[in-house]
Amino acid sequence: MSGFITSSIGKKILMALSGFFLMFFLLQHLIINFMSVISADLFNETSEFMGTNPLVQYLMQPILFFGIIYHLVMGMRLDLQNRKARTSKYVMNKPGENSSWMSRNMIITGITILLFIALHMVDFFFPTIKAHYITHEHLDSFQMVAAKFTNPVYFGIYTLAFIALALHLLHGFQSSFQSVGFNNKKYTPTLKKLGNAYAILIPFGYFVVAAFHYINSL
Amino acid sequence: MDLTLKIWRQKGPEDKGGMVTYPISNISGHMSFLEMIDVLNEELINKGDEPVAFDHDCREGICGMCSMYINGEAHGPDRGVTTCQLHMRMFKDGDTIHIEPFRSDSFPVIKDLVVDRSSFERIQQAGGFISVNTSGNTQDANSIPIGKEDADNAMDAATCIGCGACVATCKNSSAMLFVGAKVAQYSLLPQGQVEAKDRVLNMVKQMDLEGFGNCTNTGACEVECPKGISLKNIAIMNTEYLKASI
Amino acid sequence: MSKLDSKVPKGPLADKWTNHKNNIDLVNPANKRNIDIIVVGTGLAGGSAAASLAELGYNVKAFAYQDSPRRAHSIAAQGGINAAKNYQGDGDSNFRLFYDTIKGGDYRSREANVHRLAEVSGNIIDQCVAQGVPFARDYGGLLDNRSFGGVLVSRTFYAKGQTGQQLLLGAYSAMNRQIARGKIAMYNRHEMLDVVKIDGKARGIIARNLETGEIEKHSAHAVVIATGGYGNVYFLSTNAMGSNATAAWKIHKKGAYFANPCYTQIHPTCIPRSGDYQSKLTLMSESLRNDGRIWVPKKMDDVMAIREGKLKPTEIVEEDRDYYLERRYPAFGNLVPRDVASRAAKERCDAGYGVNETGEAVYLDFKSAIDRYGREQALITKGDKNPSDKLILELGEALIKAKYGNLFQMYEKIVDQDPYKTPMMIYPATHYTMGGVWVDYNLQTTVEGLYCIGEANFSDHGANRLGASALMQGLADGYFVLPYTIGNYLAKEIRTGEIPTDGPEFLQAEKEVKEKIDFFIGNKGTRSVDYFHKKLGKIMWEKVGMARNTKGLEEAIAEIKAVREDFWKNVKVPGTKDEFNQELEKAGRVADFLELGELFAKDALLRNESCGGHFREEHITDDGEAKREDKDYAYVAAWEYKGEPSEAILHKEELEFNDVELKTRSYK
Repeated sequence: MSGFITSSIGKKILMALSGFFLMFFLLQHLIINFMSVISADLFNETSEFMGTNPLVQYLMQPILFFGIIYHLVMGMRLDLQNRKARTSKYVMNKPGENSSWMSRNMIITGITILLFIALHMVDFFFPTIKAHYITHEHLDSFQMVAAKFTNPVYFGIYTLAFIALALHLLHGFQSSFQSVGFNNKKYTPTLKKLGNAYAILIPFGYFVVAAFHYINSL
Repeated sequence: MDLTLKIWRQKGPEDKGGMVTYPISNISGHMSFLEMIDVLNEELINKGDEPVAFDHDCREGICGMCSMYINGEAHGPDRGVTTCQLHMRMFKDGDTIHIEPFRSDSFPVIKDLVVDRSSFERIQQAGGFISVNTSGNTQDANSIPIGKEDADNAMDAATCIGCGACVATCKNSSAMLFVGAKVAQYSLLPQGQVEAKDRVLNMVKQMDLEGFGNCTNTGACEVECPKGISLKNIAIMNTEYLKASI
Repeated sequence: MSKLDSKVPKGPLADKWTNHKNNIDLVNPANKRNIDIIVVGTGLAGGSAAASLAELGYNVKAFAYQDSPRRAHSIAAQGGINAAKNYQGDGDSNFRLFYDTIKGGDYRSREANVHRLAEVSGNIIDQCVAQGVPFARDYGGLLDNRSFGGVLVSRTFYAKGQTGQQLLLGAYSAMNRQIARGKIAMYNRHEMLDVVKIDGKARGIIARNLETGEIEKHSAHAVVIATGGYGNVYFLSTNAMGSNATAAWKIHKKGAYFANPCYTQIHPTCIPRSGDYQSKLTLMSESLRNDGRIWVPKKMDDVMAIREGKLKPTEIVEEDRDYYLERRYPAFGNLVPRDVASRAAKERCDAGYGVNETGEAVYLDFKSAIDRYGREQALITKGDKNPSDKLILELGEALIKAKYGNLFQMYEKIVDQDPYKTPMMIYPATHYTMGGVWVDYNLQTTVEGLYCIGEANFSDHGANRLGASALMQGLADGYFVLPYTIGNYLAKEIRTGEIPTDGPEFLQAEKEVKEKIDFFIGNKGTRSVDYFHKKLGKIMWEKVGMARNTKGLEEAIAEIKAVREDFWKNVKVPGTKDEFNQELEKAGRVADFLELGELFAKDALLRNESCGGHFREEHITDDGEAKREDKDYAYVAAWEYKGEPSEAILHKEELEFNDVELKTRSYK
C-alpha cells in the first residue's frame, strides 16, 4: 500500500478521491448558501448548527481541511513533477488541437481557487471561529454575508473565483471518474454531460447567491 | 508547391541543437511527408551538407518507427496517421513547416529527429508478457472460448504500435496510454489473469522509474494516437492497479 | 564439386519429423547454460527463435537494426496465418495444407520441409493463443477463419488486418520475458556486417552499433540468420525501407550457398507509383479481390481521355470495359493466384491500357459488389424487393465499409480519391522473395553452425508462396523447428567453452569491415547512395521483373555490373563513421544488393522455364500461360560464391516428389 501512495496511478486515484469529496462539499456548501436567499433565519440557524455541532466541527471539518490540503499540495507537486518530465520544450506546439484549455490549466484555475479560499477564510471562516471559540459572542451570519457583498469589488472578485471554479470542474468532474477507472461506453457520455451541468450550475448557484446579496444592497 | 522547413538539427545527445531553416520547392501533394524529407536530404547530400537523420522503416503506418512533431502536433495535422502516412496535400504552397523530434526526458535525442525510446522496451520487459514456454503442447487454441467483445477490445488495445506519440503530445509527457494499452490487452483475456497483479504493478513501477509524467486526463494522447487507442485503456489500467494494490 | 546433402530423414513422409526428433542429439540443461547462440533479426522467425532458445536455457544474443524487435517488417503482414486445424470441419488436414503449399509453389520446394511445416502449423496457433494473441473470434467465443487465394478450405487465422503485428508482438513479448530474465541480451540498433568462421564453423559476428558507430565483435557457438528477404533489390517494394540482404549476403560470401534467387513474388494489388520521388509501395490486402473486379478500358481513346483527365472511369459503360481476368480465367476470375494476376495486369499495361499518368495502373472496382450487397441488405434488413438506387448505394457501401473500411481509408489517405465512388487504381509490386540462403532439413546452411530461418532461407515456398503462409513458416522455423534441430549440432559443442573474440579470425573480419566503412566515408564521390539503388531497381524491375527473357537478362547482368562499378567509384557518403549515420548504413546495404542483383539475373537466365513467380517469356503454353520444364529444372539452384557474381558456381539439389504428382496449374 505504501507503493500505491507514491506511485503515479496511486496519486492520480487519490487526487480523484479528494476531488470527489470536494465536489460533494461544494454541493453541501451551496445548499446552505441558498438558505440565505430564502430566509435569513433559516440561514442563521443552519450556520449556527454547522458552527457548533461537534460532529461537523471535530470530524467533518478536519477531513475537509485534509482533503483540501491534500488536493492542493498534491496538485502542485504533480504539476512540478510533470514539468520536469520534459525539460526541453517544443519550439512550436499546438496543444489546443488535441485538448481543452481547462484540462491543460488545472494548476492555474486551481491556484486561483486556492487564493480565493484564503480570502474566503479571512472573510467568513476566521470571524466565525473567533466568535464561536474565542469571544463567544453571538454571530449574525446573514448580516455578515450581506455586509460583505455590498462592495462591488468583492462581488467582482467572487464572480471571478466562481468562473475559475467552473473551469476547474469542467475538467475535474469527468477526469475524477476516469482516474478511478470508470470509463464505460454506455454511461460515460451521459456522465460527461452531467459533469458539464454540475460544473456550470454549482458555480452559477454561488454566483446567484452573491448577486442576490449585492443587488439587495443597492 | 514551395515550402519553408524549419527543422530541429542536433548533432548528438550532448549537442544543444536548434532549428535550421531550409527552403524546398516543387513538392507534389501526392508525396508522403517522409518522401518530402527524402527530397530535401538528396539536395543536402548533393550540396555537400549532412542529411537530416530521422527514424522510419515500414512507411505504411505499422512499425511505429517514424516520430516527428510537425507544426506542433505529433505525426502532424492529420488524424489517425503516422508521419509516414501524412501526405503533403495537407499543406499549402508557401507554408512554413516546423519539424521537431518527439520530446520527453524519457526519450533523449540521439541525433536530429531520432530519439531513444528504450524506456518503452524496459516497461514491456517488466511485465508485458504471459509466462508461457514454447512447447508445442500448450492446450488447444479453442479450449478457452473468449467472448467476441472481449476479444475485439483486446485487439483494439493491442493495435498500439509503440511510436510514442502519446508521450510526445502529452503536456506531462506521460506514458499511460502506451502502458494502459498493454495492461488492458492482457486484462481482457483469460490467459492474462494469472499474472495480472504482478504485471500491472511491475509495469507501472518501471514506468514511474523511467521518469514519465503523470496522467491528468487531458485526452490529447487519444486524439494524436495514430491507431486511435482509447483512453478507456488507461481507466482499465487504473482499476487493475487499484485491484492489485488493495 | 561438393554434393548438397539435404539431410532429409528416411521413412514415410508423415513420420519423418517425428522420427527425426526422436533420434537427434539433445543438450542437457546444465550444458545449455554454457552455450551461446547469436540470432540476427528479430521478426517472426528470429524473435520466436530467440525466445524459444532462451527458454530452453541457451544464452542468446539477439540483434535488430531497428530500435526495438517489435518493429521488424513481419509487423506489416495483413491477412493472416494458415494452420491445418480444421476448426471449420471443411475437410482440412496436414496433408491438404502440405499439398496446397507444394502445388502453390509450383512443385519447386522440398516435400519433407513442407510437410513438417504443415505438421507444426496447428501448434503455432495454440502457442500464440497461450501468449495472448487476440485472434478474431466468432460470437461463440471460438476462433474464426477466413479463406485465402489458391485453396479450397478456410484455414486462415487472423487478427483484423494486422495479423503480422499481433503475431510479432506475441513473439516480442516472449522475448521480453527472456530479456528480463537475462537469458537474451538484446542489441537494438545494431547491424551485422559479417560472420566470423573458425575452423570452418560459424563462431560469431561483427556488428556495428548504429547509434555510436562502434564496431563490435560477438562470439557464439552457433549463429542464426533471420533477416528476411531481399525484395528491396528492386528499390521499390512493399518491404520496409531498411529491409536488406546484407546478413544473408555476407554469409553467402563466407560459404553459405544462395538458392533460387530468381523466385520473387510480385503482389498484384498494390497502390501504383505516383512519381519519381516514390520511396516504397503500399500493399492493399489480397482479400479485396474477393469483391473487387479488375478491369481496364477496351478502347484506346478512352484510356487517353482518362489519362488527360477528360473522362472519369465511372463514365465508361460496361460494354467498353475489359474485365481481363474474368475474360482469361473464367473459373477463378479475379481470384487467380498472385503471380497470374500480376502478369495479366502487366500484359494489359504493356499493351498501352494502363489508366494513370505513368501508364502503370488498372482498376479494382467495387461498384458491382456495392450494388449486389445493397440489394441483398435491402431484402434482408428492410424486406424491400425493389429498393431505390439511393438505398442500394447506402446499404452496399455500409457493408463494404464493414469488410474493408480500414483498407479503403488507407487508400484514400494515399491517393486522395474516394474508392467508394470511383474505382481504386492498383498495380503489382515486389512483395516477398521465395529464394534465399540454402539450408538443409535442419535449417543449417552449408557452413557448420550457421543457420538460416524465415524468409531469409529458401526452403518452403518453392517458386511461389501462398497467401498467409509466410507468417506460418517464420513461426514454424523459430518456435518449433530450429530449437530442436540446432540441439543436434550444439550437442557436439558442450566441451568447446567460451569463444574468445580476440583470435585472428575475429580480428581479420573486423579489419575488413572497418576498411569497407573507411572507404565509404573517405570516397570523394558525387552521387548519393539512393541514386545507385534507384538505378539498380529500375534495371531489376524492367528486365528481371514480372516477365523475363534471355536478351533482357543478359542485358541486366551487364548493366548491373556497370552500375556496381560506378557505385564503387562515385558513391558519396556524408558524415563520419563514429556517429548515427543513415547514409553509411544504406551504402553497405546497396553494395550488397548490387552483387545479389546480378546473381539474381544469372539465376533467372539459367532457369529456362516458367514456374511460379519466375516467368520466362520463351516458356509459355499456346495460350500464353506459364510452362514448367520438370524434366530439366526440378531442382534447387544453389550458388556458391567465388568472388564475382558472374563466377558463382551452381550446385543442384534434385527435388524428389514421392507423395505428390507434378501437375500443371490451371485456373481457367
